[in-house]
Amino acid sequence: MATVAPSRIRTGRAAEVWLLLLAVALGVGGYALVGLNTGDALPEDFGRYALILAGVAVVLHLVVRWRARYADPLLVPLVLALNGIGLAIIHRIDIGMTARGIPFAAGPRQLMWTALGAVLAAAVIIALRDHRTLRRYTFTAMVAGLVLLVLPMTPGLGVNRNGAQLWIEVGPLSFQPAEIAKILLAIFFAGYLVTNRDVLTLAGPKILGLQLPRVRDLGPLLLAWAVAIGVLVVERDLGTSLLFFGLFVAMLYVATERASWIIIGLLMFAAGALLAVNLFPHVADRFDIWLNALDSDIYNREFGGSGQLVRGLFGLALGGLMGAGWGEGFPHLTTHANSDFIVSALGEELGLTGLIAILLIYLVLAQRGLRMAIGVRDGFGKLLASGLAFTLAFQCFVVVGGVTRLIPLTGLTMPFMAAGGSSLVANWIIIGLLVRISDSSRRPAAEGGGEVVGAETARIALSTQNEGTGKGPDGAARPRRRGGTSAAVYDTADDVPRVPANDAHDQDDDDDQHTEVVERP
Amino acid sequence: MNAPLRRLSVLVILMFVALMGGATWVQYFQASSLNADSRNVRTLYRDHGQDRGPIVVAGEPVAYSEPVDDPFGFQRVYADGPLYAPVTGWYGLYQATGMERAAHTVLNGTDDSLLLSRVRTLFTGAEQGGGSVELTIDPAAQQAAWDALDGRRGAAVAIDPRTGAILAMVSRPSYDPNALAAHSSADADAAYTGLLEDEGDPLFNRTIGGNLYAPGSTFKLIDLAMLLETGDYDPETEIEAPTEYLLPGTQDTMLRNPGGGTCGGETVTLEYALQVSCNTPFAMLAVEHGDDALREQAEAFGFGEPLDVPMSVTPSRFPADPDPAQTAMSAIGQFDVRVTPLQMAMVSAAVANDGDVMRPYLIATERGPDLQVTARTEPEVFAEPISASTAATMRDLMVNVVANGTGSPAQISGVQVAGKTGTAETGSDEDVAPDAWFTAFAPADDPQIAVAVVVEDGGAYGEEGTGASVAAPVARQIIQAVLAE
Repeated sequence: MATVAPSRIRTGRAAEVWLLLLAVALGVGGYALVGLNTGDALPEDFGRYALILAGVAVVLHLVVRWRARYADPLLVPLVLALNGIGLAIIHRIDIGMTARGIPFAAGPRQLMWTALGAVLAAAVIIALRDHRTLRRYTFTAMVAGLVLLVLPMTPGLGVNRNGAQLWIEVGPLSFQPAEIAKILLAIFFAGYLVTNRDVLTLAGPKILGLQLPRVRDLGPLLLAWAVAIGVLVVERDLGTSLLFFGLFVAMLYVATERASWIIIGLLMFAAGALLAVNLFPHVADRFDIWLNALDSDIYNREFGGSGQLVRGLFGLALGGLMGAGWGEGFPHLTTHANSDFIVSALGEELGLTGLIAILLIYLVLAQRGLRMAIGVRDGFGKLLASGLAFTLAFQCFVVVGGVTRLIPLTGLTMPFMAAGGSSLVANWIIIGLLVRISDSSRRPAAEGGGEVVGAETARIALSTQNEGTGKGPDGAARPRRRGGTSAAVYDTADDVPRVPANDAHDQDDDDDQHTEVVERP
Repeated sequence: MNAPLRRLSVLVILMFVALMGGATWVQYFQASSLNADSRNVRTLYRDHGQDRGPIVVAGEPVAYSEPVDDPFGFQRVYADGPLYAPVTGWYGLYQATGMERAAHTVLNGTDDSLLLSRVRTLFTGAEQGGGSVELTIDPAAQQAAWDALDGRRGAAVAIDPRTGAILAMVSRPSYDPNALAAHSSADADAAYTGLLEDEGDPLFNRTIGGNLYAPGSTFKLIDLAMLLETGDYDPETEIEAPTEYLLPGTQDTMLRNPGGGTCGGETVTLEYALQVSCNTPFAMLAVEHGDDALREQAEAFGFGEPLDVPMSVTPSRFPADPDPAQTAMSAIGQFDVRVTPLQMAMVSAAVANDGDVMRPYLIATERGPDLQVTARTEPEVFAEPISASTAATMRDLMVNVVANGTGSPAQISGVQVAGKTGTAETGSDEDVAPDAWFTAFAPADDPQIAVAVVVEDGGAYGEEGTGASVAAPVARQIIQAVLAE
């Protein structure tokens, strides 16, 4: 406890400065090139754009230094690069659409959303001193998340755009609630699973060498599945449905370490989706488009045709290996080029090379998220970080896979890039959360001990000692690895070293849940 | 929880590998077929938004791209549209024809020969321009042919017999490619529909395509070549020349000479038969030697052979399995014999060039955007249909046709012209005027140009002389234009 690390701890803040410079240069450079290549001059609001992007970089860097100085130095620069490139391509499509006689000004709005998103991320970093606080709101998050998820189904409030019932409109404001819902649901899943993982891990029958869970524990999975299929059918959106269900199954797997959950989940989803395809023509259309996009009768279909998808493919094809260059392609010929099809716009102007570079940025971002989940000490943090990181990756997969015809097209947006305030703001909030979790993941044990975790752990240690040999409420079947929900103390091998300090690296901090249980009368 | 986290991160990597694979599939492997998709407007915008290289005749661009302020950025302009339309074709939003189509990859800069230039622009960041195409067309010959055919339907093509370079390629009626290259698809469509419905078929390039023509008596050059190649004939050989020839296998179908009269006696020399274009001797000799011999000779001149100049030339054809009566009719260029004017010019060119047909071509040089020559057409032998001695004999006989026979309207003072007339009946109805033909080369002792001219409905039924008086002057004017330089 008292030992001070002999070598200086690298916080990575200096690296972050250089990476931020690079990220801002990517965005600002792209923005400048769009102007130069389309109008032989810098865009009118170039100064404002550069200032805001640089401002976001400076502010976030300072906030991170102040409140989360051990945070992963890659997170903010990676996101800022994506956001900046996204702004440049949105501006480029504004120009293209305006040239077609359709005035478009998504760029300035997106710039405003970027600033707001970054401010909110900073607010999360500042206000949320410890991510474990969120665990208190497990069920609040569930209720809010489910409400948001079903909100677009409400008659009079929900709006149908491009065949997907994903939006709500209140006066002049429109909003895609699923974006915020995914954060809330990730919090809920993390809180719920960390509490109930032991029950869910209980062994059921073994079939074909696969350890199945007990039938009675299938309840939550069934519920998630029902909601996912409901979203698919009513909101007509495979993307949100997939995203939500994928998030749940991934987190369930991380919590229980049982592959059988994944297999059961996938089978259920496939069965449900298959049923939906056969029962509902609009879902079937999507599959039709996916499989036979280039057929001329599907291409020419007035509603639900593959025209948009195929025009996106034409854009990608035009881009080829090296791309047409900023402002040199025709991305505005594809409908919704700045939102659903921003990937094909990027592929057209930046080529396969640029697109792969962008995908790598996302991949690194997701991998850093999963890495911090491994590093962080508490189960809730692990689940939340992995859930959020996985959503990010999965959302990319669903969007890019849809545009490149790997999977059926869906209505999801590309995180950080697509035009749209709800998505951008929600994803910035996710980055705020990840910065917070990565700070505690990377914080050296010694220093951590002196701060938040230390106090918390001490309290936990005390309370567990008081409980002494307390039994779990579910006294009968004891889980394979740990004690019952309230019996963390049995897991002595792991927990003993926790009393002096939390320098054990791979330790689960499940016990603060236990503390709560104990303290509750 | 760390083991599943590690597995999850492997899954995420796999997901992204799949995405990169998907993107590579679309952007690399599928790209060319997507770019070629007819529904792909982007390809149009890209091609029309590019400074496409010019098509150049004698240093002057006859087709070039001009910057305009519309969504495409560049407008294709045809300087002397109708005159060069059979050569240039047009470059429209949905269609390209003629040279615009045949040399598309050079003009838009994507040709393999321009790879170096493209690599350079990749590094310099400059815009890849199109290459240019310089034609072999001699503007004086083109203009002369155009003027001479004024107001008539027909075609004229001139080649340099020594190289195969095409010096003139005129087809009338013509059209204005500028109207078809308009960026307003409504205007362009209207213009195109109008031209399609025009009964004069202005969109046909009659020199190398369209419906082809019956060659009439110009086909006797191929009869003559076949006879001389056997070695059994010389210009003085006396051959039967009855007034009427009962077609073998028929009851009463008579083949007559032009004008219906005798052809200078019961027998005539081969030289004389060609001079006045007797029908009966050539028909009888063809039946005697058989359709195979005639077809072989025709194919030796290029009949049935695919040819790109670089626009593709419809192969001329000789009937596959004619009976003797049909063979007789084929020998005088009737029945199902169909030729392009270019093919008949190649027959004259073979005679002019000691028996060798040079491969006809329109592109002299191709240049990159930096005006460096990237390709130059080297003349090459396309066919060797007749021996040099047969060629020499035929030359004398053709000189005689112009000097003393039906080809006299092609005479040029001070220049020896060698030629052959033709009058091709286009129907059995005597009211339909036949097509008038003339093919020639000059000067006979040092050939510089071979021509073929056809004037539709230009002759008078049964009158060889009238056809010659219509088509031969056209050929004469083209020859004069070339020799004047």
